[in-house]
Amino acid sequence: MSPEEIADRLRSRYPDVLLARGEVTVLVGPQEAPATLEALRDDPELRLEFLSCVTATHHPGVVPAMWVVYELRSTALHHRVRVKAGLPGDDAPHIPSVTPIFPTANWQEREVFDFYGIVFDGHPDLTRILLPDEWEGHPLLKTEELGGVNTRFHGAFIPPVDRRTAT
Amino acid sequence: MPVERLEGIQLGKTPEEIEEEVERGVLLTSLDRAVGWARKQSMWPATFGLACCAIEMMSTGAGRYDLSRWGMELFRASPRQADLMIVAGRVSQKMAPVLRRIYDQMPEPRWVISMGVCASAGGMFTNYAIVQGVDTVVPVDIYVPGCPPKPEMLMFGILKLQEKVRTQETFR
Amino acid sequence: MSVREGHPTVRVAPSGEIRQETMIINMGPQHPSTHGVLRLLLELDGEYVVRCKPVIGYLHTGIEKNTEYRSWMQGVTYVTRADYLSPFFNELGYCLAVERLLGIEAPPRAQVIRVLCNEMNRISSHLVWLATGSLELGAVSIMLYGLRERELLMDIFETITGLRMNPAYVRIGGVIMDLPEDGERRIRAFLDEMPRRIDEYESILNDNPIWRERNEGVGRLSAQECLALGVTGPMLRAAGVPLDLRRDAPYSGYETYDFEVITRTEADAYARYRIRLDEMRQSLRIIEQCVDRLEEPGPVMVTDPKVRWPAQLSVGPDGIGNDPAYVRHIMEESMEALIHHFKMVTEGVQVPVGEVYQTVESPRGELGFYVVSDGGHRPYRVKIRDPSFVNLQATASMVEGSLVADAIAAIASIDPVMGGVDR
Repeated sequence: MSPEEIADRLRSRYPDVLLARGEVTVLVGPQEAPATLEALRDDPELRLEFLSCVTATHHPGVVPAMWVVYELRSTALHHRVRVKAGLPGDDAPHIPSVTPIFPTANWQEREVFDFYGIVFDGHPDLTRILLPDEWEGHPLLKTEELGGVNTRFHGAFIPPVDRRTAT
Repeated sequence: MPVERLEGIQLGKTPEEIEEEVERGVLLTSLDRAVGWARKQSMWPATFGLACCAIEMMSTGAGRYDLSRWGMELFRASPRQADLMIVAGRVSQKMAPVLRRIYDQMPEPRWVISMGVCASAGGMFTNYAIVQGVDTVVPVDIYVPGCPPKPEMLMFGILKLQEKVRTQETFR
Repeated sequence: MSVREGHPTVRVAPSGEIRQETMIINMGPQHPSTHGVLRLLLELDGEYVVRCKPVIGYLHTGIEKNTEYRSWMQGVTYVTRADYLSPFFNELGYCLAVERLLGIEAPPRAQVIRVLCNEMNRISSHLVWLATGSLELGAVSIMLYGLRERELLMDIFETITGLRMNPAYVRIGGVIMDLPEDGERRIRAFLDEMPRRIDEYESILNDNPIWRERNEGVGRLSAQECLALGVTGPMLRAAGVPLDLRRDAPYSGYETYDFEVITRTEADAYARYRIRLDEMRQSLRIIEQCVDRLEEPGPVMVTDPKVRWPAQLSVGPDGIGNDPAYVRHIMEESMEALIHHFKMVTEGVQVPVGEVYQTVESPRGELGFYVVSDGGHRPYRVKIRDPSFVNLQATASMVEGSLVADAIAAIASIDPVMGGVDR
């Protein structure tokens, strides 16, 4: 199915469907995300049974401030649909987990939690995955600095690149 | 015997005492040389491969570059059997405590080669995740630049380290 | 958990009650058999694995954050270091994504060179897998063979790109330089030599009783489990699913090449080994077709001055550098050219607002790049969907219930590259 046909098909069901650069994006609210993914998976015409990727972006100061992005792929028909769930606020963002529907989301949601602090409700084991357990903050937020952390043993402080001086 | 050692001998000693001290110096210098020579020839590196550099370290140990020419092909998995740690790759904040622990488990005398620019200074990854230079965690003897260094560069670094080990003063 | 009779960890208490004791051991992150800095928490019942929990992040590099602070061009040098065994794939995926945002396409010759480098990279990556995987199973000689053949490819990469690893050769809008004069000859020599070497591995391993014993039936993962866990690449094809992005979502003209997607149905570590060797043969086929196409000369970089890197490289007496004629042009002849050069080097290309998800078939499966631009000179977000990271989730399903020794073989058959897992 061509992206135009997919977009037409989805427009009848979802209010916000974008088509850009040959990619179809469905915009939903955070609470509808799991149901949307499930419906797309079970649609006999679309057959989007494979969840490729779960990630997020951060846009401080605008609404929605965070987007959780799901990339769906059909292994039989070889097309893709992106689902984006917009989270309204910066503080303690919550979204239902899709791990019960797609087991592959397990580590990917943990990664998003680690990087952005988005809490996935209903996730079986939502802990930090890439950073040390005792880490403070969520480094990929746009409000966080690039670098400048205390190294663990000598307490040396290296400032971020954009704040370094030549001396 | 170096001249400065002779100058360091305190005045007010009898010629016999001076003679004795010189003899001891000569003995220990020879012993140092023997020990340095032996240590240099039988260095056992610990496998501490982290990232890209680890692959080049493996290449260095494999057929074409053949680290066994210097008696060093015996990479040990256990730090307790190794006396050289080649830190090959970027050291993350999460890895740093592990690295220190492995270093502490190695028996004395031990040496560290920091392989590649990430291990030496953080390299291009000036960010929250990477330790900006492994020398903030363990003492480093030789820094090998490059991203990743070619096997020839690592071998040059190893030969420099052997030179250092050979001339090290252990007993004096 | 079932009680195994005569098992040492099953104890009968004085009251007659049967008690089981399990032991939790920690393997890694610095362990010779865990394929890099992977750490496994294993709950063991004697020799059997009851539970397995992989712990990752020991090589977390912050590549995704770093790309947000550098220009679009510099992003190439960051992503190439993510999965360090398949640098050309990372570069290609990233550059294709940015090119789609820009709405441009690389010239035909550049696309051929990209495919050529990718397929050579696939062979070298599979060779490192063969080397390390066999070393973990105790086959040291295969390790030496694998790295020996890899050196042939490293020589070619060094001739073409100047570097053995992390080359940053594929750039936005093409590749940075055309092949050197003897590049084609070297690749042809490699094509003559390599099939014989693959035969050699097969004659050693295919019917080797120890190799079969260690790999057959080990780390089984059915097609259904693979798809549920998001596993792609040789692991999925070993379960009988012919998914290959080179054919399903072609990029860089893969649809015009003649090759087969290899599948097997056993879904175990041995099938994955056979698939990787066969894939190396298919890659040789593609490389051969690439070399034939290379006879047609042409540009290797788009001509748009707003996109291309403002340099004309040439080989002088002191090595590769900017062409003297170009340096004279910007330094002495044209003020506008100098301003343009300065702007391109410091700011780089400006990418329109938008987002794309671009996939390439890496040696380990679906390598995706989700790239977001806010219209500036830096990426707003670069997410690397690395196949190693997703495939590693299958560890627990593959390992639980098996022997500890089989866990090593099973993890080796995933071929996780920790640089890609942790990024």
